[in-house]
Amino acid sequence: MDDAKLDALGQTIVSALPGAATGYQVAFNQLAVDVEASKIVEVVKYLRDDPNCRFVNFTDITAADYPSREKRFDVIYHFLSPTLNTRIRLKAQADETTQVPSLIEVFPGADWFEREAYDLYGVFFVGHPDMRRILTDYGFEGHPLRKDFPLTGFLEVRYDDQEKRVVYEPVRLNQEFRKFDFLSPWEGADYPLPGDEKAGPKA
Amino acid sequence: MNEQPEQLRNFTINFGPQHPAAHGVLRLVLELDGEVVARVDPHIGLLHRGTEKLIEQKTYLQAIPYFDRLDYVAPMNQEHAFCLAAEKLLGIEVPRRGQLIRVLYCEIGRILSHLLNVTTQAMDVGALTPPLWGFEEREKLMVFYERASGSRMHAAFFRVGGVHQDLPQKLVDDIEAWCDPFLKVVDDLDRLLTANRIFKQRNVDIGVVPLKEAWEWGFSGVMVRGSGAAWDLRKSQPYECYAEMDFDIPIGKNGDCYDRYLIRMEEMRQSVRIMKQCIQKLNAPDGKGPVVVEDNKVAPPRRGEMKRSMEALIHHFKLYTEGVHVPEGEVYAAVEAPKGEFGVYLISDGTNKPYKCKIRAPGFAHLQAMDHICRGHLLADVSAILGSLDIVFGEVDR
Repeated sequence: MDDAKLDALGQTIVSALPGAATGYQVAFNQLAVDVEASKIVEVVKYLRDDPNCRFVNFTDITAADYPSREKRFDVIYHFLSPTLNTRIRLKAQADETTQVPSLIEVFPGADWFEREAYDLYGVFFVGHPDMRRILTDYGFEGHPLRKDFPLTGFLEVRYDDQEKRVVYEPVRLNQEFRKFDFLSPWEGADYPLPGDEKAGPKA
Repeated sequence: MNEQPEQLRNFTINFGPQHPAAHGVLRLVLELDGEVVARVDPHIGLLHRGTEKLIEQKTYLQAIPYFDRLDYVAPMNQEHAFCLAAEKLLGIEVPRRGQLIRVLYCEIGRILSHLLNVTTQAMDVGALTPPLWGFEEREKLMVFYERASGSRMHAAFFRVGGVHQDLPQKLVDDIEAWCDPFLKVVDDLDRLLTANRIFKQRNVDIGVVPLKEAWEWGFSGVMVRGSGAAWDLRKSQPYECYAEMDFDIPIGKNGDCYDRYLIRMEEMRQSVRIMKQCIQKLNAPDGKGPVVVEDNKVAPPRRGEMKRSMEALIHHFKLYTEGVHVPEGEVYAAVEAPKGEFGVYLISDGTNKPYKCKIRAPGFAHLQAMDHICRGHLLADVSAILGSLDIVFGEVDR
């Protein structure tokens, strides 16, 4: 579908769902619709059943973390319409305590994807019958894909020959974790250069 | 006989994580009512390596090798999805020869994956010969991988903007010479399995998925084609030069394990057809030329140039330390990987590292339906269904 048709489709969706779909963008030949997290089920049902949409194929649920925002997560849904041969992306904002309604009644395939978003980001889905962790270890704590979770994690695991079992210990790094940052100071980097802290903020 | 019926309870067994039919590290908790499966609870994550977290810390170039390690039986198809996503954000188009090489190697990857799946599925239901025959051909294909990229499996051959190196003419000729004898091997496998009574008894009418369910469970690839949808991203949303290739999409009627097997067999033949066209186009005059974009802000300059040109040297240094700056934006790019739709959702904040990279693996969506598909089947059918879902744990656990 070309951009003009996607634009028209976006307009139809936003006007059909006042209060639930709040806006849309078309970029890179892809349609993205902003939705209210609490109304997500209504939006998805409309997209699935409306004869002009027919987004019957569930593709993906994920989240993105923006710690500086008041509502730090974007919950992102992807659907595919084989009839229109196009994709759609829904974005809803949420924070650590927002209760996002689960899609499992509309799309059973949302099951593991919601568990994954909960496991890796800590987004809560209500109405999901089995909100367990899925990818991380049994008994894991924390949500690893959040931006404030360190890459090295907190626990490391090894087999202890004396105790004859696997033991968990705090991560011990033989050297400090080195973050290679090659962002050029002329473009991109907006922090003081190492050794240049006294220079003060640029005017 | 006098026992109260309430005292009967279902029997729970553990299938895996170290079971040859689990295709890796899958732990299935099966609740059995006699020999009938009452509930399946797959436990995954035993191979979780935090790929998505690692990619957020790496430049775009450094992220590519992680994609080989997802679905490790068809490595280049995964790299392809990531490169397509980054290229969409950068707004660059791959030169024609680069596109042809990519398509050629993606089809090799498809055959690699289908050969493994078809033959091990046969092994799961009791046949030992098919893997022996199939793996011989896989070995030859992995030699082609090695001759192009230097490694048999974890190729890291695709680059944002093209492929790493051009193929020598001898390699192109050797791949061409491999095509026709391989079709005979497929025919041999066909004769071994397709009409085999035991194979049919184990697969026909097992694990039937109606099309409507297939869509809502998030299935893709062979899993929806087996249920009767003529849906293939190579045809419906063509990327690279798939639009000019001439090939057919086999679809199934019944949506059972046997149909999915038949589709995979036919797709191997179609892949050979695409490979032959690629080779023909690579040998044509307009198939010669660069394999990666000429823009030195994205792709490194040639080694010879670097010896003489200061600018080329600077470009090389900047590319391998700082990396490519990808403009701000977000994009979802999907390819028709052998197992289904493999998607990469990339959010870029304009720096040299992805802000977020979500990997949408087909196996993840297929495996979660195990409970739904297996209910009411017999215990022995679990391994047949698992085989026909085509699961590789590298991509399910990420």
